[in-house]
Amino acid sequence: MPTLRRRKPADSDKPTTSAPSDDARGGGGGTTGRGEEEEEEDYEQDADNSKRKKNNNKRRRKKKAAAAAAAAASADNKHPALPSEEEEDGRKHHRKRSKWSCVDNCCWFVGCVCLTWWVLLFLYNAMPASFPQYVTEAITGPSPDPPGVKLKKEGLKAKHPVVFVPGIVTAGLELWEGHQCAEGLFRKRLWGGTFGEVYKRPLCWTEHMSLDNETGLDPPGIRVRPVSGLVAADYFAPGYFVWAVLIANLARIGYEEKTMYMASYDWRLSFQNTEVRDQTLSRTKSNIELMVATNGGNKAVIIPHSMGVLYFLHFMKWVEAPAPMGGGGGPDWCAKHIKAVINIGGPFLGVPKAVTGLFSAEARDIAVVRALTPGFLDNDIFRLQTLQHIMKMSRTWDSTMSMIPRGGDTIWGDLDWSPEDGYSPSKRGQKNNETDIKNQDGSDSKPSQTAKAHYGRIISFGKEVAEAPSSEIERIDFRDALKGKNVANSTCRDVWTEYHDMGFGGINACAEYKAYTAGSIVDLLRFVAPKMMDRGSCHFSYGIADDLDDPKYNHYKYWSNPLETKLPNAPDMEIFSMYGVGIPTERAYVYRLSPSAECYIPFQIDTSAVGEDKDSCLKDGVYTVDGDETVPALSAGYMCAKGWRGKTRFNPSGIRTYIREYDHSPPANLLEGRGTQSGAHVDIMGNFALIEDVMRVAAGDSGDDLGGDRVYSDIFKWSEKIKLKL
Amino acid sequence: MGSILRFRKLSYLAPVKLHTEKKVEQEKKAVDVPNPCFSPEPTKRALAPTVRRSGGKEWRCMDNCCWMIGFLCTTWWLCLFLFNCLPATLPGFQAPESPGVRLKREGITALHPVVMVPGIVTGGLELWEGKPCAEDLFRKRLWGGGFTEIIRRPLCWLEHLSLDNETGLDPPGIRVRAVPGLVAADYFGPGYFVWAVLIENLAKIGYEGKNLYMAAYDWRLSFQNTEIRDQALSRLKSKIELMYVINGYKKVVVVPHSMGVVYFLHFLKWVETPPPVGGGGGSGWCSKHIKAVMNIGPTFLGVPKTVSNLFSGEAKDVAFLRAMDPGVLDSEMLGLQTVEHLLRAGRTWDSIVSLLPKGGETIWGNLDWSPEENHACDLSKRKPLGERNSTDGNAKRSALKEPVKYGRMISFGKAAAELPSSLLPSLDPKTTTKKNSTSSCSEVRTEYDEMNREIIGKIAENKAYTARTVLDLLRAVAPKMMKRAEAHFSHGIADNLDDPKYTQHYKYWSNPLETKLPDAPDMEIYCLYGIGIPTERSYVYKQSPSSRCKSIPFRIDTSVNGDRGESCLRGGVSFVDGDESVPVLSAGFMCAKGWRGRTRFNPSGASTYVREYRHKPPASLLEGRGAESGAHVDIMGNVGLIEDVMRVAAGATGLGIGGDRVHSDIVRMSDRINIRL
Repeated sequence: MPTLRRRKPADSDKPTTSAPSDDARGGGGGTTGRGEEEEEEDYEQDADNSKRKKNNNKRRRKKKAAAAAAAAASADNKHPALPSEEEEDGRKHHRKRSKWSCVDNCCWFVGCVCLTWWVLLFLYNAMPASFPQYVTEAITGPSPDPPGVKLKKEGLKAKHPVVFVPGIVTAGLELWEGHQCAEGLFRKRLWGGTFGEVYKRPLCWTEHMSLDNETGLDPPGIRVRPVSGLVAADYFAPGYFVWAVLIANLARIGYEEKTMYMASYDWRLSFQNTEVRDQTLSRTKSNIELMVATNGGNKAVIIPHSMGVLYFLHFMKWVEAPAPMGGGGGPDWCAKHIKAVINIGGPFLGVPKAVTGLFSAEARDIAVVRALTPGFLDNDIFRLQTLQHIMKMSRTWDSTMSMIPRGGDTIWGDLDWSPEDGYSPSKRGQKNNETDIKNQDGSDSKPSQTAKAHYGRIISFGKEVAEAPSSEIERIDFRDALKGKNVANSTCRDVWTEYHDMGFGGINACAEYKAYTAGSIVDLLRFVAPKMMDRGSCHFSYGIADDLDDPKYNHYKYWSNPLETKLPNAPDMEIFSMYGVGIPTERAYVYRLSPSAECYIPFQIDTSAVGEDKDSCLKDGVYTVDGDETVPALSAGYMCAKGWRGKTRFNPSGIRTYIREYDHSPPANLLEGRGTQSGAHVDIMGNFALIEDVMRVAAGDSGDDLGGDRVYSDIFKWSEKIKLKL
Repeated sequence: MGSILRFRKLSYLAPVKLHTEKKVEQEKKAVDVPNPCFSPEPTKRALAPTVRRSGGKEWRCMDNCCWMIGFLCTTWWLCLFLFNCLPATLPGFQAPESPGVRLKREGITALHPVVMVPGIVTGGLELWEGKPCAEDLFRKRLWGGGFTEIIRRPLCWLEHLSLDNETGLDPPGIRVRAVPGLVAADYFGPGYFVWAVLIENLAKIGYEGKNLYMAAYDWRLSFQNTEIRDQALSRLKSKIELMYVINGYKKVVVVPHSMGVVYFLHFLKWVETPPPVGGGGGSGWCSKHIKAVMNIGPTFLGVPKTVSNLFSGEAKDVAFLRAMDPGVLDSEMLGLQTVEHLLRAGRTWDSIVSLLPKGGETIWGNLDWSPEENHACDLSKRKPLGERNSTDGNAKRSALKEPVKYGRMISFGKAAAELPSSLLPSLDPKTTTKKNSTSSCSEVRTEYDEMNREIIGKIAENKAYTARTVLDLLRAVAPKMMKRAEAHFSHGIADNLDDPKYTQHYKYWSNPLETKLPDAPDMEIYCLYGIGIPTERSYVYKQSPSSRCKSIPFRIDTSVNGDRGESCLRGGVSFVDGDESVPVLSAGFMCAKGWRGRTRFNPSGASTYVREYRHKPPASLLEGRGAESGAHVDIMGNVGLIEDVMRVAAGATGLGIGGDRVHSDIVRMSDRINIRL
């Protein structure tokens, strides 16, 4: 800086230079320019490293660097240029040269990078499309034909129209009306796509994604609507397929827009509200009727995924219910229009993960948050309150409550018992080991010496509680505990979650209860989030029906619970349950009180709780069982394995059910992307075996043609253990 | 005169340019560096060290290049950055308030569901199954969007967009389908809106996915084939019924544009006709479900431009070719035969035939007469309507000014375009016999190759063709296409509308002169179109000088111009008033006269309204395509039109928005047409 100071008077000596004010500005520009030079060099190295990596970040960062460089360059170029011209052979050669070369070097460097980038881009574009495949095949050997090609060779043709029902979070949402801050986003995706807006204006984004806290519908002045058409859920984000692979394969055997329909709906709403607000159920009904009519009377094959499974269960009851509440399709609508329902990864009985999501927003890998996790959850975008913001937003979404475990202790187990008892990852191979089972059955009665996982305790406070025999747990009922005023209320005014209403007394009361089973979980949630559960209990129910003929079950809140509804009267219909197995799936949690209980969510998963031996299912405070990473096999398979098998009270017309499991095998290398044999909750949509099954059914095969059940897990054994009146 | 001035301007500019160049060269020499930079200031800065270090080898040409690019990039990014930082509305530049916001403040809210029917070429098409050359294009847009594939693999692209020459349906192994949903036609190319502005404004007063529907269809097919292949009509019917129900039994407002207008006319007949040919909706369907049909830029009676397009592929500014015009038409990409290739692809599209002029000489005029006679072409000098009416009565004036004979849609040579009809030779092109030519033009076979040179000569000898004989002409030059298409479209005028053939065969349904409107007395029909832009009406042709076997033997004679400055004949084309694509006559006649009151075409007396929008070009570049444009597609951004559509959608009637609004001579023109009503 001293050099600059010295230079100024020298410049102003010259009579030909511009006005002193200009000069002063020039000096200022010079200062900023110099100040940024160091940064530029950092950027250079930065960009240099990333160049080798060739990832997308590179471009963005480079742009930033370039913008900074440009700011420096222009500032430098404009103003000090005047004196420099005049001093061509002046006395300050040395200083000027060094300054010169720096900016020039920058420009030169950016130019080089740009050139290489363009050359690479050009080469990439000039590359024949089959090149990546060629490389893959060179490394891993010839890859199998995609099922579409294979089945086309077999002569399969499109027959039954296909309806896709996407699950939670995978479908896109777009803005139709918004507040000032969302200017320019009309009909742009807020959810799905690149999520660019999350970074640009996070608070605005959460505001628009939230629903009204009281009604569970649109907040005033905001309309966010589902994207319609196949584009709604073919890709979740660029390159991250959901339905795209299935669609592409179906297209090979002749499917097209007129025979495929994506029943996209606003997955934030409760199911009945999608009809109330958007008439989505009516639209789906009309579309199925149209497709059946225009395809020569061939019934539709429905393919729901994830939460779409429950949504479609709701639809089947809705469509046959009489008009004001239902769709008025008459008692044989399903029999007339539906050939098969192919449920993919269906959380029929709920997902334990949903509990933690609602309880403490710690959905470690629920897709909602996972999508945003990298660099988002842990940083300070929302001024340290990211989680609270997300929690506040997601608690306005009624649909998350549809995934709370249903059936209570009967299905999910109580303090001592659970259907999955004795499961351990390493034992999965030896399924037919009779002695094994006996041993475990025997050990059930005694307090276990080894750390046996009590899956029934979905939430326990502290590892000791999770492992102790039930007799040793002292529980203090929390339901009547007084909720104290939170002292720190005023400081947390920005983010208001309902915890602040609970006060310390309420929080401690929760913790004192020690262990929660599936039955008491609902009470717990009602205690910590009364508003949400009030809203939710109008739309969802989590029990088991004693008497299905009770007229109260005509209310729509029971329709999405398979344990409180009868299947429609459609004996020719088939129900498939297809899901992945072989991935540890969250089932129960060890919690602790959060140390700083002021503006934070007061509960946290105790990530320090780890099982003692390697076989233990307890890792990072989470007990895992077999499943597809999100839905435990029990939830996905039980209804088809037992609840609906044969003619039961839940399935009075004896609809045939089939279980098709797909054992997870991770992709062999990076080139395969997300793998063609994956069993993970979303990646299974790219599983070749599953796609082939779906296509065969769509082309006219029945479940028996496919080969009936295909089971890898212990689902039948577990189902037997559940004592449910059928 | 104007051209001379222009020339002088050019020649005046030239030396200046040279001068500056020279200057630059001198400068360059002075500094002795081979690299000119885009702005002198940085150049010098860059050069200074170079000169000094000419001995050193750090800054060579390569480096300079890099430097240049780097500098350009950084400036570019800086500008981009600044542009992004810019507030959406510049202070001082007050963006005009959109009609949506204004009407919302008035308290208008969504009432009737809205169905949009896009026209030809504006709807997107995507690939569902293709040949190996289109391997990675599954569900990518072939039409609409970026059009990048044209440049990358033009022949492959053309192959996939062509239809089967015999059936007019998919060629084997190729499935190209219409993009569904609002995205189908909201933007045609990036930034080139079609429906987007209307959608955005409708959304402001509460429209959204459930009460807004884009009836996208494959616009290459004949209308009935969209039902046969894609069940597009059934889908439209089911969608309208659904929207009617879920929006509280509110009737639907349909907004078709361009060819969508005729498509929807077809739909109206189809839906009430019993199956298997029709949709089986019963005779009350339209009156039950439809509140109003708001035709934008309707092509009811056809578009003369299509004739030249089909005849010689010279669609000078038909939108679908214009989209590819820059650098495609004139380049040699497809091996010198771009136009021929396009002609071949275009001729497989049946839908184009639906745009041929309908109603023959009764509507479009014969050799001597046409309804648009006395049209003053110099639109800027037009007098107010009342005044003109009085002067037009003056026979003297019309005698002075030689009228353009618009009735001669195609004439060979300027003389033929102007001679009185008695002096014209008449020759029936139907009598020409065909011989198979033995030419070896195997690569690109347009149907011209199959024609004998003699016949081509004979066609040219016939000198002048009217709207009726033009059809015969097309039958002669493109027999296959016309044979295919005439099973789907008819271009005549019905004598007796009760003849059962008119209700039974679908080929008459899209011709307003051969169908009755449905029995729906409460339904309203609007004709909304732009005026004030010269629109092609008739052509002067010549035989193509190069009679190489592969070229199209006819060309528009662009050297033909009118005698006076205000002549309507320019570049071989005679113009009338219109919206750049559709002449006023075609757009307005049905609403102004054909259906007005209770006529035989409109037995139930559905009310009709004509709403014209005078074209006003955008005042500055900032306005983009203008908020008051009257051009065929740009009118979709016209504030007046949008407001009318929104008011009707929100429940207003035609009288509520002010009834007719006429600026052109449409009423007088219609009066001159002698048609039994």
